[in-house]
Amino acid sequence: MLLEARDIGFRYGNGRWILRDINISLKSGEVVGLTGPSGCGKTTLGRILAGYEQPQQGSIELNGTSLYTSGYNPVQLVFQHPEKAVNTRWHMESTLKEGWEPDKDLLKALGIEKEWGKRWPNELSGGELQRFCVARALSPATQFLIADEMTTMLDAITQAQIWQVILDTACRRNMGVLIVSHEAKLLERLCSRIIKLNPCPEARGRSCATSTLLK
Amino acid sequence: MCPALPLDKLEILSPDYSNYNIPIQLIESKADRQSKPILQVRDLSVSFIQYTSGLRQQELQVMSSLNINIYPGEVLAVVGASGSGKSLLAHAILGILPRNATVSGVITYAGEELTLKRQKELRGRDIALVPQSVNFLDPLMRVGKQVRNAVSEGDPAAVQREVFKRYRLDTRVERLFPFQLSGGMARRVLVATALVSGARLLIADEPTPGLDPIVLEEALGHFRELTNEGRAVMFITHDIETALKIADRIAVFYAGTTVEVAPVKDFYGDGVNLRHPYSKALWRALPQNEFQPVPGSQPLPNCLPPGCLFAPRCSMATSECELVQPRIRTLRGGMVSCIHAT
Repeated sequence: MLLEARDIGFRYGNGRWILRDINISLKSGEVVGLTGPSGCGKTTLGRILAGYEQPQQGSIELNGTSLYTSGYNPVQLVFQHPEKAVNTRWHMESTLKEGWEPDKDLLKALGIEKEWGKRWPNELSGGELQRFCVARALSPATQFLIADEMTTMLDAITQAQIWQVILDTACRRNMGVLIVSHEAKLLERLCSRIIKLNPCPEARGRSCATSTLLK
Repeated sequence: MCPALPLDKLEILSPDYSNYNIPIQLIESKADRQSKPILQVRDLSVSFIQYTSGLRQQELQVMSSLNINIYPGEVLAVVGASGSGKSLLAHAILGILPRNATVSGVITYAGEELTLKRQKELRGRDIALVPQSVNFLDPLMRVGKQVRNAVSEGDPAAVQREVFKRYRLDTRVERLFPFQLSGGMARRVLVATALVSGARLLIADEPTPGLDPIVLEEALGHFRELTNEGRAVMFITHDIETALKIADRIAVFYAGTTVEVAPVKDFYGDGVNLRHPYSKALWRALPQNEFQPVPGSQPLPNCLPPGCLFAPRCSMATSECELVQPRIRTLRGGMVSCIHAT
């Protein structure tokens, strides 16, 4: 499987271009980092890759065909702020089973207590909510996972716990992972390759992607 | 039996805190050790009354016997997992806890007890908060105006432009509404708002996540600068690395209590100098260290273990640990609440 972004150009309305001529690709089983200064369009690129935004230019292709528009999206995005990514009027149980029914082993590995399922989102901390969001996105039908600053808000132990589950799943299922993060040490630890998004000096408001091979 | 139980010990723990200052003064700090702490929190406990079903109520203990103090001119970092009570402490100091909260323990500011009335007078002037969520910005007010409203001295517009320049916020940004800002820009606006207030104690609640390294360094630099003027900063973060860059001392929280207070220099190597098993585990879990998690998760307020709160996940735990929550004690120039720590 191959997830490709080809010549992506994006802007809101008639505003400045946030992304222009971006080309990146992600293979199955690959763990890749995406980094760059604040406001350079990392999150936007993640959203485009997962089909949440339509680019004005270029296209996203999964194995040479365009992304699904109905059914389960094989490209799943996990957001930075879990409290904004869950339905506040649902018990956590329902949120957890939104996409698939996670098995007990996964819940245990992520440290999700059974009792938390009966709680409302505002009764859990960010770290606890994010574990649910990760479990929700790790359906067997997920072929690519985009983690947008997924563990930025979490303490080191919870971070290590969540990443271990994701790396393990990626390895077992040959799932591709794109990690959007500022944390250089985390990316070095997890990724085989890091893509850097830089504002191009010659064109204001235009980002370009450069890829660095780490291992 | 736990050594903390005998009656003669309990006397020391009575509300007369005259004895209490002695060990606290021993703690090393870059700040002048002769100076009095600007903020002292002793045995703070917070619980919430919640409705479970119908009219049945439940009391949730979310913070128990929490102790810290901050000296003028120092940065105290408060580190811990989400749900460990970091933000709650900030809210307790400022007196902005929700109405269903019950607070016990003593908070003093500049030697005087912080009552609700005094909290109201001081917050935003002497004690300022840099909030955690960018949702704290007024969504209907241009951000420039929001910063100007907080200015305590001088021409508000000039001070606001100056501080925006310092944070590399473009002049056009002051005309924008919060929803038009990127995450990093919104954070800088929040920090700027607290900076211009001229407060002596700044409580920064997770002011840095999502900032790129360059902006982060700058932001940390600005916080450090404040301490040079004798102000104190309580820097709440879940990120030890950031804490190490800025703090003089680090307080580690777990499940609503202080497990350890350590000088920054103790966080190095494989963490042998740290005192509490949780701090050690936290240190080892960093990506640049072993990246090893500990199984399980922090207990929720309604199912706290009776003894040491970390005992169920601790590899060093013995049956003694499960009896009673250990008192915080002074150890090797820091503080720890673990009966096995040496």
